[in-house]
Amino acid sequence: MRYRVIPVLLLRGAGLVKTERFKDAKYVGDPVNAVRIFNDKEVDELVFLDIEATVNDRSPDLEMLRNIAGECFMPLCYGGGVRDLPTIEAILKTGVEKVAVNSALVENPEMIREAARIHGSSTIVASIDFKRCLFGNAEAVVRSGRKKTKMDPVELARRAEDLGVGEILLNSIDRDGTMQGYDLEITQRVADAVKVPVIACGGAGSLAHFHDAIHKGHSSAVAAGAFFVFVGKHRAVLITYPAQEDLKRFVFRS
Amino acid sequence: MITIVDYGLGNLGSIVNMLRKLGIKCCLTGDPDKVAAAEKLILPGVGAFDNGMENLQRLGLIEILNARVLHDKVPVLGICLGAQLMTRRSEEGQLPGLGWVAADTIRFCSRQAMPDLKVPHMGWTDLSVPGETPLLEKNDEQRFYFVHSYHFLCDRAQDVIAVAHYGYGFTAAFCRGNIFGVQFHPEKSHRFGMALFKRFAALSVPAVELPSAA
Repeated sequence: MRYRVIPVLLLRGAGLVKTERFKDAKYVGDPVNAVRIFNDKEVDELVFLDIEATVNDRSPDLEMLRNIAGECFMPLCYGGGVRDLPTIEAILKTGVEKVAVNSALVENPEMIREAARIHGSSTIVASIDFKRCLFGNAEAVVRSGRKKTKMDPVELARRAEDLGVGEILLNSIDRDGTMQGYDLEITQRVADAVKVPVIACGGAGSLAHFHDAIHKGHSSAVAAGAFFVFVGKHRAVLITYPAQEDLKRFVFRS
Repeated sequence: MITIVDYGLGNLGSIVNMLRKLGIKCCLTGDPDKVAAAEKLILPGVGAFDNGMENLQRLGLIEILNARVLHDKVPVLGICLGAQLMTRRSEEGQLPGLGWVAADTIRFCSRQAMPDLKVPHMGWTDLSVPGETPLLEKNDEQRFYFVHSYHFLCDRAQDVIAVAHYGYGFTAAFCRGNIFGVQFHPEKSHRFGMALFKRFAALSVPAVELPSAA
């Protein structure tokens, strides 16, 4: 059995950045160029998230999405500034096939129900960010991590599933960019609570982390950012993707 | 020239993108006259079965597709929902399918209970190719991207040209003469999909008179 291994690329303006704990965005390259490299590496799927669209009250950059989709011969998901149905339709028209929603999950849930009904569940991805609180509980947050929801990520994941989303991209803010491993406890709680696939995200720094997210955290797929764009302890920018043989040997096998 | 049937469902841009990359000429149309003149067809689609059949009906495409495919033997490739529409019926809907192949479309696990299996099946899966087929090279690695909750169930084993495994083995592709159907998305499957499209584009076109423009 194979599991999807998915690079998550963050858009800020016209460039790609990588954050650490949702802060300190560092420029890592040009999006269309990155897509070409990931094509050559035969990546399973790509996720692009515009981290400033919602907080700056801006619509997605459709021209850029068209350029990205035109070069992308693998499944492609976009999130950021997805506020309403016309926006979703416009994104899908560019050739992107999945749309991720985050803030709208709590701010406009009925829009998401309608979007899943019109475009099909597999088109709508719930992107759920969470933070650990002082006493170890977790809370889902929206608006690029700036707004609390007072909801456990499990509760928001269940709501998202009920709204008809086809999968859940579950992202730990505390682990983002740290490359120290996924938050396995929360991953497992969410994955066990819903029927739709959960993609673990936030903290991956090695193939062993991918393996743990799947076999201990029960996620259906794994995503990462820093792991695919940085190498070495000085975090030099270099786009990489593991070889299929290594994935089979170190990740897929239980 | 490959004619991609646009009946208002699914993401057709990615098919056009890949064919363009391969230098394969194609056009996108829902116009019955243009479909009637097609020398090779792709029937794409993502979405619900009944929606698909309703749209084909509404656009006046069913009779023309039947004539072109069943009578004129034009090669046709169904992708995902497009391939499911080629079967007799689906557990997803009430309307009859096109019935071009002796097969039904059934929901995952509808014949065997597998409570732990997450549906839809979403991700990359290797195919096994049991025999010779013009669409897939038997001895090459065949890895494709799937997103589906339903799959084909063929009456005849010889129509099955590829099997994939998710919980259990299921038919991932079928062929009956000039009619091909794949459950996966070649347009999203890197070089594996490109090889499939190249092979489909290289199929010979039957020597039938194209209807005149008049």
